[in-house]
Amino acid sequence: MSILLSNINKKFGQFSALQNINLEIPEGELVALLGPSGCGKTTLLRIIAGLEGADGGEVCLNGKDITAQHVSNRGIGFVFQHYALFRHMTVFDNVAFGLRVKPKKHRPDEATIAKKVHALLELVQLDWLHDRFPDQLSGGQRQRIALARALAVEPSVLLLDEPFGALDASVRKDLRLWLRHLHQELHVTSIFVTHDQEEAMEVASQVVVLNKGRIEQQGIPSEIYDHPVNAFVSKFIGQTNVFHVEKEDSQWLEHAGIVLDDPQGLIAHVRPHDIQIEKAQSAEQSPIILKDWQHLGATIRLELSKIQSQSNAIVYAQMPNEQFKNLNLSKGDHVLLQIKQAHWFN
Amino acid sequence: MHIATTQTFTAQPTFRDPRWLRVSLILIAVSFIVLFLCVPLILVLSEAFSKGWQAYWSALSEPDTVSAIKLTLITALVTVPLNTLFGLCAAWAITRFEFKGKSLLTTLIDLPFSVSPVISGLIFVLMFGAQGWFGEWLSAHDIKIIFAVPGIILATLFITFPFVARELIPLMQEMGSEEEEAALSLGASSWTTFFKITLPNIKWGLLYGVLLCNARAMGEFGAVSVVSGHIRGLTNTLPLHIEVSYNEYDFVASFASASILAGLAIVTLILKSVLEWKQSQNRV
Amino acid sequence: MRQSHVIQGFAPTLGLTVVYLSLVVLIPLSTLVFKSLQLSWDDYLNVIGNARVLASFRVSFITSLAAATITSFFGFIIAWVLVRYPFPGKRFLDALIDLPFALPTSVAGIVLATIYQPNGAVGQFLQDNFNLKIAYTPLGIVVALIFISLPFVVRTVEPVLQEFDFTMEEAAASLGASRWQVFSKIIFPNIFPALLTGFALSFARGIGEYGSVIFIAGNLPYVSEVIPLLIVTKLEQYDYSGATVIALTMLVASFLLLLLINLLQMWVRKRSGQL
Repeated sequence: MSILLSNINKKFGQFSALQNINLEIPEGELVALLGPSGCGKTTLLRIIAGLEGADGGEVCLNGKDITAQHVSNRGIGFVFQHYALFRHMTVFDNVAFGLRVKPKKHRPDEATIAKKVHALLELVQLDWLHDRFPDQLSGGQRQRIALARALAVEPSVLLLDEPFGALDASVRKDLRLWLRHLHQELHVTSIFVTHDQEEAMEVASQVVVLNKGRIEQQGIPSEIYDHPVNAFVSKFIGQTNVFHVEKEDSQWLEHAGIVLDDPQGLIAHVRPHDIQIEKAQSAEQSPIILKDWQHLGATIRLELSKIQSQSNAIVYAQMPNEQFKNLNLSKGDHVLLQIKQAHWFN
Repeated sequence: MHIATTQTFTAQPTFRDPRWLRVSLILIAVSFIVLFLCVPLILVLSEAFSKGWQAYWSALSEPDTVSAIKLTLITALVTVPLNTLFGLCAAWAITRFEFKGKSLLTTLIDLPFSVSPVISGLIFVLMFGAQGWFGEWLSAHDIKIIFAVPGIILATLFITFPFVARELIPLMQEMGSEEEEAALSLGASSWTTFFKITLPNIKWGLLYGVLLCNARAMGEFGAVSVVSGHIRGLTNTLPLHIEVSYNEYDFVASFASASILAGLAIVTLILKSVLEWKQSQNRV
Repeated sequence: MRQSHVIQGFAPTLGLTVVYLSLVVLIPLSTLVFKSLQLSWDDYLNVIGNARVLASFRVSFITSLAAATITSFFGFIIAWVLVRYPFPGKRFLDALIDLPFALPTSVAGIVLATIYQPNGAVGQFLQDNFNLKIAYTPLGIVVALIFISLPFVVRTVEPVLQEFDFTMEEAAASLGASRWQVFSKIIFPNIFPALLTGFALSFARGIGEYGSVIFIAGNLPYVSEVIPLLIVTKLEQYDYSGATVIALTMLVASFLLLLLINLLQMWVRKRSGQL
């Protein structure tokens, strides 16, 4: 179902957590609410769920205003950051809970419930754990049980609070893809909160970037990455070199022989992979040297600095492994830079 | 007995229980506490002063009352330091070393808590009473333990035995021994380490244990009642003096003595709150 | 086993602990066992089979169970209110909960007797309005035991309620559970083991309680005479064997009951995955 938020405001004492949030989420999307900690993303998710009341504004589900509705009547599924599994119930009872607390006339009989719970447990590939208690499960298993529990009530919207936050790096990687594929299978409108831009880009079909209680940008991942609307988004999504064209950097750039042609603002953001590098024929040709480099797997990250400069400003460049080998660079070599693309901000 | 700091639970507005429920539950709780705890406390004072200051004062300055106060103080003065020393030793041995039978020892230390006060008195009568183990030997040497001060002190020692140790063991467990090991590795002696590192860390918990131990030592009734023999002016502690006066329908004297112990209880509660607060500060 | 190599004082502290423990606790308690070993089975049955002794057991157990039940109910409400609802004067009331720990039992005894006797503050009110006699009946014993055992329940339930994971409630609500369902299916099952512990502690304390009970009970043989009082009576008659037999039976009986409650608690915990 589609979600529409209009003019949502929320204050905690003096602190303004959310300011005039307007957001439309079409049906069937998998949306990431992305932002640094304290930006209000979890609060926004909890307001959509009805776990928190907004000070002002409306929450509409499929065009219906549900602002005044209690969380237990909204028909949403919520997956908590630390899962909040009922520790006194087995996995089976946890997943069955939402069905068993339905009012008598809507409550399925036990046989139907059992069938449904087992189907869900199979969906999250954990049916063999049905009689365990939450304390006996690993983090990744708890996460998937929490998801199954939320899905049991056939929610119109699935909300996930930092779904991978409490997991090991390797488990996290697996679960991200798994969640994306699960969403493609189920097609339920889903929103998840994360502070990890990589996670947002990898999993979501749409990304909403939040900062200081405001929405900075909304769009599909490639659009956010390739066309950030402001400096915050550009810096937050992926790595970026920041050049203040009219300040100290201008001299740096000039002396370095870096040309940012056609300046369109005061600040240029340049992604590391948008910097092209060539080996200089002689030291006079360029004052820039390769200070250090790191092997990141498929790519190489290069740290570049100017010789004898007072500032220890460093420019990062990134290139595929193969290309780096062909350049045949070693530490201390002089290099020539060329910037292929920059994002301009004021 | 543990140290719990109450912090207000702040639920989201959508999660608050309905107002009628909150109000009625608070009313039930408050009236229960008032009826069972506040009213008795107030009544002690109102009864003690029911015949005026004069009667209150003369009841307290009666020789029997004075000697009961003295005996109560002596009992506490002997038992509290002994059990404090024991508590420190026990906590040190249990929390700083590994040895066989450790959990058994911990259980045994708690034993006096689960024994009825009357039985706590009875066992000393069985040991030192006229027909007891040492009864004949004691009477041959003209030593009195039962129906005398030593018996009262022994019974009180038994009853207040676990208080300090019980408070210190979890505290020192939580503290761990890294800081002490660090001090020792820097060249401090064992005693210096204890006084400069261990003691400052556990002082609030220690005082808390001592406070509870003292309150019980001064207020114990059942066990002391069994071994004391109720000899006025000689073996009556304050709690026993209350009983004797009450049974003789001397209510002013009874409640006057009770008001002293009630005052002690109030001071104990106030200090307890202060210590709990100090300890929670210490942890942060 | 990790033994610290630098920390000293193991032998003296452990030695002193064991010696002192033996002198003050273990040797005196062993007299109870040795004394009872001197008695024959017939002696034992003679004492226990006595109608007055049996009646005192019935009185003690019934009043303790009743008091522990009532205290558990109200203690739970009090702990709930103290942990969850803000209201003025809360800190004061919270501190007051420990009064029964700090107030000597004889003080509690004479005060409760004075309040609940037929011309006392509450006693008269109950007598006039409900024709209910508290003091000098078994009801009086129950009242005294409620007073004594209140902190046991409140102080065992309070920390568990405080540490209760609030997101479990949110999760249940988001799955459609009503407030009552959240309480009965999520909160209560998690608090229940602690409540059971509080109940057991109250009960154990109630069985052995002497000071606060004897003033209000009236001590009528067969009606309101409790076991500890009977032990004291036997002692006053220099009937050491009688006193020992009753004391030992009381210890064993309450121990068995506590064992039962512990087993029940284990069962509850196991069923709810907390073991």
